[in-house]
Amino acid sequence: MAVSPADRLSSAAGPAETAASRRSWLPGGGPRDWRDRELGSVPVLVALGVLALIFQAFNGNFLSSDNLVNLTLQAATTGVLALGIVLILLVGQLDLSVGAVSGLAAAVVAVGSVQQGWPLWLAVLAAVLMGAAVGALYGWMFTRLGVPSFVITLAGLLVCLGLQVRVLGSTGSINLPYASWLVRFSQQTFLAPATSYLLVALVLVGSAALRLLERSRRMEAELPAASLTDIAAATGWLAVAMVVPVWYLNQNRGVGAMFALFLGLVAVTDVLLRRTRWGRSVRAIGSNVDSARRAGLAVRRVYLSTFMACSALAALGGVLSAGRLAAANQGTGGSDFNLTAIAAALIGGASLFGGRGSAWSALLGVLVIHSISSGLTLLNMDASIRYIVTGIVLALAVTIDSLGRRRAEAGGRRR
Amino acid sequence: MSVAEPVTPVMSLRGISHSFGAVRALIDVDLDLHAREVVAVVGDNGAGKSTLVGVMAGVLVPDAGEVVVEGREIQLTSPGVARQLGIATVFQDLALCDRLDVVENLFLGQELRHGPLLDEVAMEREAWRLLSQLAARVPSVRAPVSTLSGGQRQAVAIARAMLGEPRVLVLDEPTAALGVTQTAEVLNLIERLRDRGYGVVLVSHNMADVQAVADRVVVLRRGRLNGDFDANATSYEDIIAAITGASPRPSRPVRTRRES
Repeated sequence: MAVSPADRLSSAAGPAETAASRRSWLPGGGPRDWRDRELGSVPVLVALGVLALIFQAFNGNFLSSDNLVNLTLQAATTGVLALGIVLILLVGQLDLSVGAVSGLAAAVVAVGSVQQGWPLWLAVLAAVLMGAAVGALYGWMFTRLGVPSFVITLAGLLVCLGLQVRVLGSTGSINLPYASWLVRFSQQTFLAPATSYLLVALVLVGSAALRLLERSRRMEAELPAASLTDIAAATGWLAVAMVVPVWYLNQNRGVGAMFALFLGLVAVTDVLLRRTRWGRSVRAIGSNVDSARRAGLAVRRVYLSTFMACSALAALGGVLSAGRLAAANQGTGGSDFNLTAIAAALIGGASLFGGRGSAWSALLGVLVIHSISSGLTLLNMDASIRYIVTGIVLALAVTIDSLGRRRAEAGGRRR
Repeated sequence: MSVAEPVTPVMSLRGISHSFGAVRALIDVDLDLHAREVVAVVGDNGAGKSTLVGVMAGVLVPDAGEVVVEGREIQLTSPGVARQLGIATVFQDLALCDRLDVVENLFLGQELRHGPLLDEVAMEREAWRLLSQLAARVPSVRAPVSTLSGGQRQAVAIARAMLGEPRVLVLDEPTAALGVTQTAEVLNLIERLRDRGYGVVLVSHNMADVQAVADRVVVLRRGRLNGDFDANATSYEDIIAAITGASPRPSRPVRTRRES
């Protein structure tokens, strides 16, 4: 649709620009895509490496595949919540209630399937839909009534905590049968080594194919394209980044189904954010909501969908943690679960000020947070130390991010 | 020089009034815009220029009055609606998203798609094409717009307005932040747009720009229309007088509305 005005106007251009002269305007030449993004995650990756080395030095079990399998399983539930937080941070808002929503969802699953005798799938569906409904209410209050998201979700936190206790009833704790598929999925299901390598191979082939396709389309359009060496290097790095961890986890129980589900959610969210209109609207609104509105974006609808996605993911995280604990009680989703998820998103590189961060922030962030907690547990440190260390790492991560951004902006202005 | 032809205007504002609380920003303003015409809207600070831009852009829904586009009365209830009806606006602050790159900003809200996914290749190609027409030297269309200079940002904003076949282009102070060369570029561009059949509303308080490109000059003063001049037959002093209210009656009022 927008092609025609350009065609109409193309004769208005001065001397025809050749592909070569266009290319000369590009200092870097190739597409910025993967390189820039990876640079953005470098501090977190370095932090992960440093943490791993420190903990390994104090306790040789930290990097054992057994411990890392446990770590991935713990990370998965927090990660699903953190993924929702990343989304809500991208539009420049905050959801303080993800922990409480996850606890309520766990209670709904347990009460629905155990006490009410619903089929388990129905209870899970009800819990996730309940989460989406909570998010829709937040979104409505935010877009129509103009209440700040901080206050809405703080109120939501309290309400959901109360509802959780109500739903659980007098017993306060409900066990899920070990034989139920939810518990088996969350605790005992691991990808068979063959399956995991097959998935890795599929992802690698798919990503290489997409890069080659993009390259040929770009060359056809006379745009600067990545060289074959670039593509080979990118695919090679991806292969190393996937094969090594999968191989290592396979030395023990393997890649947990729940962790694989989390990775899948991250990958899908990443595509939604980078390659769809919705994702672009999300980032635009987080960058400058006023500009986004004047560009004609349906700002309210995007806010609403983001709040819904965040709460639905929180509910899903609650369902998974109910499965992992084989129980739902008043403590599910309580204490530091909420703040851990928010801290994970921030440590992973999402910005509180909107517009910055990616789906992978959730993965990196939870890996850092759970490395800390796992490492300190191995060292027999109690929760008090864990809170303090996590807090310091959060402060460091956000500080590094702020300094880096300031430098980048100063560099940009000079041009 | 092509001057307004006696045909249906591409856009007409009829009796537009708008208030912010007790402040009456626009009072009963009429404006006709024809194809192949540059109408300059001038006025002192606080005369209502930006409010008028807001109304044409669909950002503000006026308290009273109507907007007629090609003979049909329409409701500009949102910026998206205005765009769909062919009214594109370049805002004074450009309305760019700093953290998005040039291509993302250009196509914001009207992305090209390849199935359900965005077609980055087609958008990037179009971005280069549009920007080269504007003779805009952008270091990279994949650079975040926060890294661009004022002139480059202006070019991106104008290029964005030209997407999607608009009939009317509203430019709010397009040269206010620009240097001499870039201002000349933008003025050349406005003439080219006019010659290609666009109706252009140029909101400015730079009289040199206005005299360089405008076919008609409409003066706003304290929210009211205070004169509608043929730019080629009116002296600078007459327009200034209408802006400041120095002369009780503009020398050549084509159409003046006053409430008794």
